[in-house]
Amino acid sequence: MGTTLNGAATGTANYVDERTSIGGFVKFFARKIFPDHWSFMLGEVALYSFIVLLLSGVFLTAFFVPSMTLVEYTGSFPTMRGVEMSEAFSSTLHMSFEIPGGLLMRQIHHWAALLFTASILVHMARVFFTGAFRKPREINWLIGFTLMIMSLAAGFTGYSLPDDVLSGNGLRIIDGILKAIPVVGSYMSFWLFGGEFPGEILIPRLFTAHVLLVPGVILGLIALHLFLVFLHKHTQYPGGGRTHKNVVGLPLFPVYTAKAGGFFFVVFGVIAFMGAFFTVNPVWNYGPYDPSPVSAGTQPDWYILFVDGALRMMPGELFGFPFEWVIGGYTLSMNLLIPGLIMPALLFGFMAFYPWLEAWASGDRGEKHVLDRPRNAPVRTGIGVGVITFYVILALEGSNDIVANLFHLSLNDLTIFSRFAIFILPVVAFWITRRLCTGLQRKDHELVLHGNETGRIVRHENGEYIEIHEPLDAQAHWIRVSYEDIAPLDFAPQFNDRGVERKGYKFDRFKARLSKFYFEDRITPVTPDELEEAKHQHH
Amino acid sequence: MKTLATKRYHKAAPLFLVLLLLAAITGVAAVTTSSPATAATQVSADAILEGEKLFASNCATCHGLGAQGQQNIAPSLVGVGAAAVDFQVGTGRMPLQMSGPQARAKQVQFDQGQIDQLAAYVASLGSGPAVPTAEQVDGSLGDPANGMQLFRTNCAMCHGSVGGGGALTQGKFAPSLWETTPTHIYEAMLVGPQSMPVFNNANLTPEAKRDVISYLEEQRQPSAGGLKLGAIGPVAEGFWAWMVGIGLIIASTVWVGARSS
Amino acid sequence: MSNPDQTPHNDAPESFKDPGVPYHRPRRADVDPKAAKRAERQVAALFGLSVLGTIIALWAYFGLDISDDIASIQQVNTMIGVGIMLAMLGIGFGAIHWAKTLMRDHEMVEERHELRSSEEAREGAIQNLKDGVVDSGIGAAANGVPRRGLLKGSLITALAIAPLALLVPQIGNMGGDWNISKFRHTMWKQGTRLARDPDGTPIKASDVTIGSVFHVIPEGLNELETHKIEEKSKAVVLLIRLDPRDLNIQPGREDWSFDGIVAYSKICTHVGCPVALYEQQTHHLLCPCHQSTFDVANGCKVVFGPAERPLPQLPIALDSDGYIVAQRDFEEPVGPSYWTRLKTPAVASTGEEASS
Repeated sequence: MGTTLNGAATGTANYVDERTSIGGFVKFFARKIFPDHWSFMLGEVALYSFIVLLLSGVFLTAFFVPSMTLVEYTGSFPTMRGVEMSEAFSSTLHMSFEIPGGLLMRQIHHWAALLFTASILVHMARVFFTGAFRKPREINWLIGFTLMIMSLAAGFTGYSLPDDVLSGNGLRIIDGILKAIPVVGSYMSFWLFGGEFPGEILIPRLFTAHVLLVPGVILGLIALHLFLVFLHKHTQYPGGGRTHKNVVGLPLFPVYTAKAGGFFFVVFGVIAFMGAFFTVNPVWNYGPYDPSPVSAGTQPDWYILFVDGALRMMPGELFGFPFEWVIGGYTLSMNLLIPGLIMPALLFGFMAFYPWLEAWASGDRGEKHVLDRPRNAPVRTGIGVGVITFYVILALEGSNDIVANLFHLSLNDLTIFSRFAIFILPVVAFWITRRLCTGLQRKDHELVLHGNETGRIVRHENGEYIEIHEPLDAQAHWIRVSYEDIAPLDFAPQFNDRGVERKGYKFDRFKARLSKFYFEDRITPVTPDELEEAKHQHH
Repeated sequence: MKTLATKRYHKAAPLFLVLLLLAAITGVAAVTTSSPATAATQVSADAILEGEKLFASNCATCHGLGAQGQQNIAPSLVGVGAAAVDFQVGTGRMPLQMSGPQARAKQVQFDQGQIDQLAAYVASLGSGPAVPTAEQVDGSLGDPANGMQLFRTNCAMCHGSVGGGGALTQGKFAPSLWETTPTHIYEAMLVGPQSMPVFNNANLTPEAKRDVISYLEEQRQPSAGGLKLGAIGPVAEGFWAWMVGIGLIIASTVWVGARSS
Repeated sequence: MSNPDQTPHNDAPESFKDPGVPYHRPRRADVDPKAAKRAERQVAALFGLSVLGTIIALWAYFGLDISDDIASIQQVNTMIGVGIMLAMLGIGFGAIHWAKTLMRDHEMVEERHELRSSEEAREGAIQNLKDGVVDSGIGAAANGVPRRGLLKGSLITALAIAPLALLVPQIGNMGGDWNISKFRHTMWKQGTRLARDPDGTPIKASDVTIGSVFHVIPEGLNELETHKIEEKSKAVVLLIRLDPRDLNIQPGREDWSFDGIVAYSKICTHVGCPVALYEQQTHHLLCPCHQSTFDVANGCKVVFGPAERPLPQLPIALDSDGYIVAQRDFEEPVGPSYWTRLKTPAVASTGEEASS
């Protein structure tokens, strides 16, 4: 058999193999190569925080009562004594104050949720900026995108479970947005709440969604997501020896078993640190849900802030033009639909669809396994920064009362500023980023041609002073010359020889225009001819 | 011929004339202001007089000598009561430092004795809410659970769920209550300073006010979950999740991926 | 920079040559056995730290008491948390340190295979599917005439509508009684006294002084056996008194208020949060959720923010005992807009629902 394992292990391996053919599987996977870079671990952060959510969630389900039945609080917390509240809220307080470690687990769970959503966005940004969504990974991009949406659903259903004033007002806002949907909105509201808001069945429904339906979908999608990563093999950064046809790195067993496996414990440890020392979601300060109270600083968890910001930013009417219309006696609330539904749909739609947009522009059909350095894709990088700017402005506007209070600014001025900023700043950010990328590319171009400045000045006999440049080493040189040069697409003529417009011409023309936008202004990599030329110019 | 003035004119005469004029004006003002009302019968007449002097030199420029106010500059203080004065001056909001969206609490300019005198004087101008007794503001006598119910219905929307403060429109804000004394909390509820509504004793009874104080004092205890992070809510939590959580984790990924020496 | 017309000076290649995988640079633990031993001890120490962490967590759980006071609750949770943190970080850092310092780190190369299946596999797949279709009887026979076309059509029809048998009862049952006309009516009727929120005691007009704001519920709300929170969600009201000189009474509503005392719905017409911040000096109501601002002196019309409609006004009057009462229900639905907002019928004056 080759290497010797100890007796029990051999016996087990044999037993299982005779029933499952696992031997081939182990052979294939054990020494699978994965490239080594810290930015490839960001997706793992999401995966591991999800596992922490599952583990801590199981603890919580042992104590949480998903019921809206009203009870009187008989526990120990002084400001809640004798207060009437739902069993959901009461069980949350019980678990926080009477179960040793209960509050810790609640906090670990909540911090893990905040990190899960954050790490998904960071991972998505890495994938975007390095172009890892290109063929053959478009489907995986869509799966990841869906996971991002599901994480929002998981978070929202989760923090609404304790049935407190803060999350209850969040649910009321969702009810308001639902009702604004034309024709079916009122019925959707009745459907969700089982009647009028808030109803008596909402918390049990959210509970089932939160512990069964949403995690089930997430687990299935994660399995598919990871399967595709294994099938496609991981992408790699450009470098010596790395091509579109190989993977250079270290084997799964033992290196990544240790690094990635160990990293799970590191993520868990960081989350435990936060759960141990930082208060999060102190529902006892908000009190059980009642439709009357509301507090300053009413915001959803950070990952929903962008919607809240849009809702705050949207004016009800602008210079006399109202954004709620009555058409034939029916009310259409554009002041809700635009920020609450249309904007997120457009934003998410654009994000989901992006790989195809870029594929149209580049027209490239080959498999791409070597990543782009962001500077080498200036338009893509600029678009990414523009979208992030858009998102951040929305999130800041969603926190506008906090910002106003902290910095002693006027709330109204902040809102008016962001109404302009949301249109202007993303475009400005795109333009600046694109120019920065092009600048960095030019710098690389210079480095390849002339090398690094050393600061050593030499005087020739004839009196000429020159600065010694040190040429780049082979690896640094290779990274800067090996990036792909994509030229704008051409397209076939509009009319064929008989003067008939060719089918598909309009689409081709659109793709060509897009391609021009992406690739017309570009810095082509240095060719060997150019390098020779530069060398000769020095002597 | 030589005038009478040249003979009797002493070089210090102008100074004495000015002082005489001032004394006359003060005397006239003291005589012509209305007599003390029944607001605080235990306050001595001395306190009212001292208060009047303090008022004249520190407040009258804006509020007018009889505290009747000046259009667009300062409101009338007739009938605001001792409680309003104790609150405004005791938190340093008055004397007003500069105009802005609202008066800000700052360094208190007077000691409590002087504040009491000012309060006595203003109270003498017209009956208004009185300074609460020590018993009325003793949080240990209040019910924090009832205080929570009252606070979240009447106060949390401006001051935040635990009294950390919050924004109002046009640069105004409801301040944090964590450093505010129980007496000042009571007085603010009673008086309704600036943007704050008036919570008279029919709206929130003195016992209810004490329950609110009791609730706020509970909130000054440490949090069961650890550091409070400002008790601002999800925005602060999200901020720290990114700064500390993502920050530490990315730092560790860079370490994991880095070459070992 | 480049001039493609110029001929190269030398025989420059078409493109640069890949320098290949960089040489392996040995780590200290690779060359110095002492360093390797030290690394091994460090890894073991980190694993030991983890064991310490587990012990701390268990000690904190069994040894620390959780009692009524906040400090003990915090202490237990923090100590168990510290234990878990050390237990996890110890293993994590230990394993990673081991991988970084001791595990072989020579880069290896694995070939990728094109994902596209081979032509043989593709043709085989297509042929197998074709054979299967012929066997099924749906596909074309050898002479090209489609056989049993009825099968395909009827199968698709059945499959397409079968889920309805399950989905319709599922969705249909979740909506309660689907009676959306309930949005139109609240608990307020003629003669309902305005009461303090949350204790439910009725309010006298003399209690409401200028500058006051009372948070109001209908008298009797707290005694409801069922649907209390649903009713409260529509019925909460703000009672405010302004100086009558500041109040601009809206035309047609002259008898809806008196002495500067007005009552408005507390539910924001934007998306339904309680509009609770009353700025006494500007007489503006600010909603904390999205900053819709309403001007109480001018019929609560919107002066800033995303709301478009003013807050509905509750017509109030004085009863014979001096208490403030409602004259009738609101004359429009409270809260956020919905499609049929203007289409649902008004309430009858006795307060009975006009629709069943």
